[in-house]
Amino acid sequence: MSHILAPGTPAPDFTLPVTPDQKLSLSELRGQPVVLAFYPADWSPVCGDQMALYNEIMPEFRRFNAEVLGISVDGVWCHAAFAHDRKLHFPLLADFEPKGAVARVYGAYREADGITERALFVIDKAGIIRWSYCSPVAVNPGADGILEALEQLPQ
Amino acid sequence: MARLKTPVGPDDHAQGPVDAPVTLVEYGDYECPHCGHAYPIVKALQQEFGNALRFVFRNFPLREMHPHAEAAAEAAEFAATHERFWEMHDAIFENQRRLSESTLVELGKRYGLDGNALRSALAGGAFAERVAHDFSGGVRSGVNGTPTFFLNGMRHDGDFEQETLAGAIRAAMHAEKSTRSGT
Repeated sequence: MSHILAPGTPAPDFTLPVTPDQKLSLSELRGQPVVLAFYPADWSPVCGDQMALYNEIMPEFRRFNAEVLGISVDGVWCHAAFAHDRKLHFPLLADFEPKGAVARVYGAYREADGITERALFVIDKAGIIRWSYCSPVAVNPGADGILEALEQLPQ
Repeated sequence: MARLKTPVGPDDHAQGPVDAPVTLVEYGDYECPHCGHAYPIVKALQQEFGNALRFVFRNFPLREMHPHAEAAAEAAEFAATHERFWEMHDAIFENQRRLSESTLVELGKRYGLDGNALRSALAGGAFAERVAHDFSGGVRSGVNGTPTFFLNGMRHDGDFEQETLAGAIRAAMHAEKSTRSGT
C-alpha cells in the first residue's frame, strides 16, 4: 500500500477539472473543512459504493460545513455520467491528465494498477491535513473515520 | 476494523436468544437488491445455527438511490409498534420488486394493520426519527453500503454468501467460547 500524506502536512494545492468546462482548486475552499476522498474508479457494481454512501450522508457532512470532493483517474465525461446516474450532490474531480498526478503527490496512486487508492484526507480550514486513512482497495472505508476527524477539528 | 458503536439493546428488532453466543446485526435497505439477495441467506443461517444465533435488523435506507426504501423502513417500524415487525420485514423483502406505498399498505393489511393509520404515519413521518437514528448509528459504526453485517460487534468485510457468513459465524462463536470459558 502507498504511504499517504500524514496528519500535520499542509495539503498540496491542485487544480483539476470538476465538469467538462470548470476547474476547481483546493485553495478556493480555504476557510472550511474539506474531505478529499480518493477512490479507484467510477461505476463499481454495488449499491452504496463509497461515493453513493457519502452522497447519502451529505447532511452529516454539512453539519461541519465540510466540502466533500471525490477524486479518481476517470475523465470528466465519465464522472459526469456517473454523478448523474448516482444523483451525486458533491463534485468529482478528474485526476486524468497527467494521469494520477494529484494522487501521486498525496501518496495515493497505485502504480501497478494505474488507479488511486481508497485514501481519505480530512483537511482543516487552514489547509492542513488533520486525518488521513488508506483502506485496502477492496474495502469501502465507510464514513465513521471521516466524521470522527471532523468532530475533532477545532471550530 | 470497524466496530458497532451502538450496542444491541431492547429497542432493537431481534430474533433469537439474548444470550446467544453470536449476534448478527444487519444494516439493510428494503429496496436494495443485495439485501434482497441476503434475505434468504440470513434465514438459512438462522436455520443452521438455531439458538446459537441472534439476528438484529437495523435500517439503512439509501434514499437518494432507492425512492421507496425510506417508506418501507418506516412501514416496518409502524408494524413493530403492533408487534408485527418481522412479518412486515419478511413481506417487504419478498415483494421488493414492487414496492410502493400501496404495496406497503396491502402488505400491512395482511397482518391486520390499519391501512389508514399506516398511510398517515408515512405521510407524517411518524417513524422517520427512528429510522434516522438507525442510519446515523450505522454511519458512525462504519456501515459502508448495504447490506453491512456485524458479528459480535465487528464489521464483516467479506462477501455475504451463505458459506462465507457461516464461516464467519463459526469463527465468532469459537472466539466467544474462548472468552466465556476464560481461556
